[in-house]
Amino acid sequence: MGVITRGFSGRGRRDENLPPGQYLTKDFPVLSAGPTPRIDIDRWEFGITTETGMRHRWSWAELLALPSESVTVDVHCVTKWSKLGTTWQGVSVDTLLQDVESAGDFTLVHSYGGYTTNLPLEDLVDGRAWVAYRYDEEPIAAEHGGPARLLVPHLYFWKSAKWVREIQLLLEDEPGFWESAGYHNYGDPWREQRYWGD
Amino acid sequence: MTYTWVDGNELAGALGELFTVDVTVARGRCAGCGREGAVAEAHVFDRAPGLVARCPGCEAVLLRFVRGPGRAWLDLRGVTYLEFAVPDVG
Amino acid sequence: MRRLTWRVVTVAAVRDEAAAARTLVLDVPGWPGHLAGQHVDVRLTAEDGYTAQRSYSIASAPGSDRVELTVQLVDDGELSPYLVGSARPGDRFEIRGPVGGYFTWQPADPALVLLAAGGSGIVPLMSMIRARAAVRSQTPFRLVYSVREPGVAIYADELRRRVRDDRGLDVAYVYTRTAPEAWPHRPGRVSAARLGEAGWAAEFEPSCYVCGPTGFVEAVADLLVSAGHQAQRIKTERFGPSGG
Repeated sequence: MGVITRGFSGRGRRDENLPPGQYLTKDFPVLSAGPTPRIDIDRWEFGITTETGMRHRWSWAELLALPSESVTVDVHCVTKWSKLGTTWQGVSVDTLLQDVESAGDFTLVHSYGGYTTNLPLEDLVDGRAWVAYRYDEEPIAAEHGGPARLLVPHLYFWKSAKWVREIQLLLEDEPGFWESAGYHNYGDPWREQRYWGD
Repeated sequence: MTYTWVDGNELAGALGELFTVDVTVARGRCAGCGREGAVAEAHVFDRAPGLVARCPGCEAVLLRFVRGPGRAWLDLRGVTYLEFAVPDVG
Repeated sequence: MRRLTWRVVTVAAVRDEAAAARTLVLDVPGWPGHLAGQHVDVRLTAEDGYTAQRSYSIASAPGSDRVELTVQLVDDGELSPYLVGSARPGDRFEIRGPVGGYFTWQPADPALVLLAAGGSGIVPLMSMIRARAAVRSQTPFRLVYSVREPGVAIYADELRRRVRDDRGLDVAYVYTRTAPEAWPHRPGRVSAARLGEAGWAAEFEPSCYVCGPTGFVEAVADLLVSAGHQAQRIKTERFGPSGG
């Protein structure tokens, strides 16, 4: 650890309810690996593609017509900030997977703008993940991933892909954008799985 | 105004921990569109879990840098080559 | 050059500047020297282990053992509230540098120099102006300095003195919100005409350095290209809309 600077206290606070190494934040930092995609809602679509190439698609209107849930969750970013009690509204991934037949155990999530992240399928089901389109009772701002983002709060927030476009089901695991650049393949904040090999 | 990107000069400190030469003055060729330019001209997204440098022409990822405890990862897939000025000695 | 690493520095003195900015004079043991225009990464660590880092341009000219940084307070900044509001002599933190060989000026460069600063973007350009003076360079320098209103230009007194004493340095202000009384130009962002008259025409082939918030840098770089300056003669350093 570096030399401690008298008089400097960071914006974050330690809290015993947080995963190891995290700091509580009041604001909502915006992190991005690239420019914010501007997506025309009339052309927006979300898809699930199976390992056989079978494609399921939803337009914006179709997504909004699906049963949705309001959830309050804690989010943890690998850059060490955590935000507790965030409220989102979205469609459970279980709902989206209802008519999807697949033997794939792995997923690669694609975003508008090219970002990707990978997750085991089992981390997207059983009420653990949503395609969210409202945050704090408002449409999700573009810089926070709007119009819709993936929400997978039990893993580090880089897995909650902003500007989500597609979930691709795969027979083999394929590391995504950060996973292939040093970050952990799974990313459990409670086991502090930040970097590859942790 | 939304924070966007900063100039590639910003990479100098991070890459300076790895290399004994200044990588930001090296010239690179984008593997996406073929544009050539100094690394210092790249568009760098530094509010992220790592540093991402993108081509000023086509915005394709040129390089990714992640600093972990005791290690760093550098992905240069997006660059076909980097050209360095090297003095001839002797 | 060696691989860089973090080194501990001690604040030797602090000096308040205009526009909620402050200059920190740092003692850096083993400082290898720097080129005008380079920056350092600054890292602060709190008692609970929280760390934050940001880059700051070096304000001082090369040639001294002490390094000066001028930091402007940013609303909700990570580091600037401490650096501008709390830092005092004796405090210690870490820096990594000097770094950044691209956005630099050296006296051996024969070209004329056009500097365009937006707000706190003046800092690395001031290092160049001070470096020029330190070696009594005769290279003609023209600075176009864009600020919101009178009284918020950093280094205003020193710039006035240098225009008088350094010979070959010209400074023109652009006021974007409120201009001084009897100012011959309406307040507003820098225009092609203003840049043309206060800067150098393209045929002089100056080395251009543009520094400041993203919006300012983009606007000025576009104006320079439209005025005929070659893109490779224009170097930019964007701070992003907020420095930190």
